[in-house]
Amino acid sequence: MAHFTKATSVKDWLNQRLAVDTLERVLMSEYWIPKNINFLWAMGMVLAITFALLLVSGIFLLMYYQPSVDLAFDSVNYTIMRDVDFGWLWRHVHGVAASVVFLIIYIHMFTGIYYGSYKKGREMIWISGMLLFVAFSAEAFSGYMLPWGQMSYWAGMVITNLFSGGSLHADGLVEWIRGDYVPAQAFLSRFFMLHVLLIPLAILGLIGLHFGALRIPHVNNQDGEELDFDAEAKKYLAGDKAGSKVIRFANDFISKDMMVVGVYLVFFFYLVFFQYDFAMDPVNFDPADGLKTPAHIYPEWYFLWSYEILRPFSVDVGLIAFAFAQVIFVLLPFLDRSPNAIPASRRGLFSVWFWAMLIDMIVLTAMGKVPPVEPFGTIGFYAAIIFIGLWISLPIITMLEKKA
Amino acid sequence: MKDIGRRGFMGKALGAVSAVGAVASLYAMKKSWDPLPSVKAAGFTTLDMSGYEENELVTEKWRGKPIFVLKYSQDMLAKMNDDQKNRVVTIGDSSFMIALGLCTHLGCIPGYNKDEQGFLCACHGGQFDFSGAVTKSPPPRGLDIPPFKIDGETLVLGEAGPEYTKMKETGITL
Repeated sequence: MAHFTKATSVKDWLNQRLAVDTLERVLMSEYWIPKNINFLWAMGMVLAITFALLLVSGIFLLMYYQPSVDLAFDSVNYTIMRDVDFGWLWRHVHGVAASVVFLIIYIHMFTGIYYGSYKKGREMIWISGMLLFVAFSAEAFSGYMLPWGQMSYWAGMVITNLFSGGSLHADGLVEWIRGDYVPAQAFLSRFFMLHVLLIPLAILGLIGLHFGALRIPHVNNQDGEELDFDAEAKKYLAGDKAGSKVIRFANDFISKDMMVVGVYLVFFFYLVFFQYDFAMDPVNFDPADGLKTPAHIYPEWYFLWSYEILRPFSVDVGLIAFAFAQVIFVLLPFLDRSPNAIPASRRGLFSVWFWAMLIDMIVLTAMGKVPPVEPFGTIGFYAAIIFIGLWISLPIITMLEKKA
Repeated sequence: MKDIGRRGFMGKALGAVSAVGAVASLYAMKKSWDPLPSVKAAGFTTLDMSGYEENELVTEKWRGKPIFVLKYSQDMLAKMNDDQKNRVVTIGDSSFMIALGLCTHLGCIPGYNKDEQGFLCACHGGQFDFSGAVTKSPPPRGLDIPPFKIDGETLVLGEAGPEYTKMKETGITL
């Protein structure tokens, strides 16, 4: 057994039992962050804060929400919105955060792609990040079911039907997922469970993995420069703070992080208080009706690009294209054959690839929103073809890339 | 060495027991997600077919799903091609389209346009003619026909009669 002495202070008492000083050093004051970064490096903290907002607002919603097909709609739109003091606040924070979290995820992702932060030992950061994206997508979808409005019901119908696999006609699988022939009580209860327990648990675990994956390769920097973190840290600790290329995570880097978070939160609460409508689909204020499809069904904006890849094709090809779009980003570290981990702007053709991909996904998003009529159908079709083409061309253009 | 052998055996024994337990738990979990017996049992709907109007689409309900019933006029019957005729359900003197009112693409409910005598699915733009046959993709096939049995002037949904069995065997519906 370890030897314990009479504690000289509360901190000493904790130190002997939990090694809080060591923890503080390892996790904060001697966890090193490069100096050569910009505000885009704060998106991780912005995401962590947004997740905390979702968790807290979700806890308050959970106290009044009723996961029953007869009561769910009223428990959200009547009880929470009118009866519960500040119930509207939790709902609007939850709805706006659920939408904005995807905006930040996309910025975070494209920052990683631009600066090559998925290569040279950072592959696990990228993979765990993409798993988080999948988990957040599942969390968003299951949460969207809960108000049990028309969009909840019909999104549930359409998305679960994807699992029939087109011509495979796996209707048994679809009925198994739903627990009924159509989305009904069994479906609502199990998606409620997924939304409030199983998927959040998975997200928490994946966040741990994501942070852990960052530990050894460290954060990337604006030039993709390979830093000797031990040497730079030694320089910093010896007093050459100006000459060192790194700073402490806390309290130095985090103070800048929190500055960005502060700006973000002003924007976020502006949306919550004045522009919350964008996250509240009007169609979902009609209660679920299994005998009436809304005139125009579309997913929330953050799923539109992959939805548009599904839409222009016949059912089987569409499903294959959709499945391709869902998994392909995970493989990015292996499809990029170039050894260069530098900003896209210095990578020749890859720079074109990056901007083409970004613009194509914006076009797909826009085309997913409009009704399936011409010329939008044709534009969407070509944008989907370009999306697939860009991924197929990625290994080739990165193989041709010169070593920087 | 002796110890390693013993630990190895214990490890393998634990692995075997865990594997059996894991498979058994997965089986229980799978079965717990199955539709309940009460859901499966509530599966039959009987329709009185005498009250429908020609070219007026009526949506009935079976197993929580919409069922389209469209009584054909003489005009409609006269202009049918063979494929369309094969989908007709005749009850007494009247002829009907009976179909599951869910688009065969991803399950939205198509709307019926009385004047153009066709269906349009608003979700992804699929189209069907008045007999339920597909006229524009993405739906891969015509509207599915639910299991039915003709019983005098009534139609029982959920039970397969000879007319339905024939349609299924000839591939008109799934």
